[in-house]
Amino acid sequence: MTDAGGPSTGSGATAGVTRSPLSDGEWHRLHPLTPVLRGGLFLLVVIGIVVTNLRDRILGWFVPGFAEWQQFEGGDPVDYVWENNLWLLAGLAVLAVLIVLLVVFWLLWRFHTFRITGDDVEVRSGVLFRTHRRAPLDRVQGVNLTRPMIARLLGAAKLEVVGAGLDANVKLEYLSTANAEAVRADILRLASGRQLAEARAAQESGRPLSRATVDAVAAGLTGLIDGVDPATEEPAYVVTIPPGRLIASHLLTSSTIWLLALIAAVVVGSIVGTPWVLVTIVPTVLGFGAYWFRSITRSLRYSIAPTSAGVRITFGLTTTVTETLPPGRVHAVEIHQPLLWRRFGWWGIRVNRLSGRSGADSQSLQLAEVLPVGARDDVERVLRLLLPGISAEDWAALVEHGLLGTGKTAGDPFTTTPRRARWLRPLSWRRNGLLLTPGALLLRRGRLKRELVILPLARLQSVRIAQGPIDRALRVANLTGHTVLGPVSGGIGIIDRDDALAAWQATEDAALAAAAADRSHRWDEAAR
Amino acid sequence: MTNSPDPTSPASDSHTTTDAAADAGTYDRILEPRSANRLPLGDGVWHQISRKYVTVQLISTGALLALVLAAALVLWLVTGLWWPWAAAGVFVVILGWTLVILPRQARAYGYQLRTDDLVFRRGILWQRMVAVPYGRMQLVDITHGPLDRGFGIAQLKLVTAAATTGVTIPGLGQEAAERLRDTLIAVAETRRTGL
Repeated sequence: MTDAGGPSTGSGATAGVTRSPLSDGEWHRLHPLTPVLRGGLFLLVVIGIVVTNLRDRILGWFVPGFAEWQQFEGGDPVDYVWENNLWLLAGLAVLAVLIVLLVVFWLLWRFHTFRITGDDVEVRSGVLFRTHRRAPLDRVQGVNLTRPMIARLLGAAKLEVVGAGLDANVKLEYLSTANAEAVRADILRLASGRQLAEARAAQESGRPLSRATVDAVAAGLTGLIDGVDPATEEPAYVVTIPPGRLIASHLLTSSTIWLLALIAAVVVGSIVGTPWVLVTIVPTVLGFGAYWFRSITRSLRYSIAPTSAGVRITFGLTTTVTETLPPGRVHAVEIHQPLLWRRFGWWGIRVNRLSGRSGADSQSLQLAEVLPVGARDDVERVLRLLLPGISAEDWAALVEHGLLGTGKTAGDPFTTTPRRARWLRPLSWRRNGLLLTPGALLLRRGRLKRELVILPLARLQSVRIAQGPIDRALRVANLTGHTVLGPVSGGIGIIDRDDALAAWQATEDAALAAAAADRSHRWDEAAR
Repeated sequence: MTNSPDPTSPASDSHTTTDAAADAGTYDRILEPRSANRLPLGDGVWHQISRKYVTVQLISTGALLALVLAAALVLWLVTGLWWPWAAAGVFVVILGWTLVILPRQARAYGYQLRTDDLVFRRGILWQRMVAVPYGRMQLVDITHGPLDRGFGIAQLKLVTAAATTGVTIPGLGQEAAERLRDTLIAVAETRRTGL
């Protein structure tokens, strides 16, 4: 399928193959406002430096009498220009710098091109130091569409093709929103291996630029108010989170308990000792407030929906992020419930996936939270999207034993910690256990903070069994399924040695079989 | 998944050609914990690491020990302070313990080439066994320092998409390491899967 409708003459509308004109295998440029959006920060820094250096001067212009009070030295360049009547020259110099900057920006934009062929997505950039990055489409782990506030007003969006590896992402910043969505759809469709002939035709009509800009700003404003991503194929959102629940769930965490404990300690301290201790409350509360505000606004307006190319997750109040996760890109799933959420029946879902970012990136954790908080029905819906193929009775068993099970009920299918080793898991030993199902390895952990880890066998990298001296004395062992880096850990401790050994061997065999049968790197290829 | 036995399959040649190269100058029995509750070896052929590994490690650890003692001595002579000896003492205890358990540790390393996966084991007090499907391997690394080269051994590292897999086989004979690498890569190629 290399370039069936590829670098031919004219636009990409060759016989029958209809993809958007941006992915016809030719090189394309990014949004013309890209330098402004990307250079915005740089410009701000320059202006900041100028303003700090000329602070006194500017104050002198606006505050009468300030200049007389301030003593200027003789060597000041602005004074020199002023006294020698060099205004014209100075103005020309500034103009020249501006023109050079504009030319540089224009050149950078000219040389920053991307191309989408049948097998790869490629980006070339740089004028003197050329970089050329090519990412194979069958290793695409997802596509993220980020729309920061300013870019949204201008109708632009950042597209990030997630690759497998550290700093392996291909970034297309910025594209116009419509183009970004067309490119996203194309990339996912090409990556899926489906024939392009069934794709829709999306032709941009050549409107005058001013009109287009006005439209874009208007649409951006509407988008800000309405808040929903104008998706190309309007998906039915299966889960949305009420803002009240989201805020409450953020407040009901252990950090809140710490804050309250801290305040109590400070109050006690002020009563017993000096009242000055009370002052420390203010920065603490401010810090916590900022933290909450950030984490809440990030996950506000969360929604998750199935599309033909995988699960689409949207979140963010000011900066909207839309990520698309193709099938088979989830390496581990954890359903967890902190103690404080149990009263309300809330659960959260986290996943391990290849985010293509470094671990220190704050957004990589954000992208791992697939469901920040949800009721049990929401968990079921999200899980069905992430791991299709769970039957109704499977799900009932999963809820009964996996999520809520204490291990005391009869017919518990999980292999749990033996009684003789219960002092190593004093609270959770009945619950702590594992179960190998045809598609996944389930690990059930924790009594106070309930956790259920689902490791899809087709994604398991390796399996380890380990035993320390205490474990050996108790005839138990620990099992760990290794997956890609992420917040979910795939370990379960203190299982009877023979059970653990059997599970180790069975998991390895099942993982081999699952990997051999797995075709999700070209997930739609089977359909054609 | 398993294809008909091809010449590169470890199942077919592990009993014939590789054995001689892989097991030249290695230990012949894996050291296990005495307790009956240990993780059993199971069946299959375990390959072990070269006896020279211990020599190399003894030399490098011994050199480090000597360096620490020399540094403490110099500091003590120059400044006349006693605390360098306290810091050095901690190091000496740790390094000394390492030296004591080294020969036993070396005999606990083992790897098995099964039809579709590699099993790696190590440790006596803390036993660990990892099974890695061949298809999951992203790359195979061979490293050898100057001392390793002098004694003709190398370290083979197996990298998967999971950072935690951590299969590093030290002290393989150089020829054995290279053969193992070639075998692993050839086998991984026939069993390639997605991530």
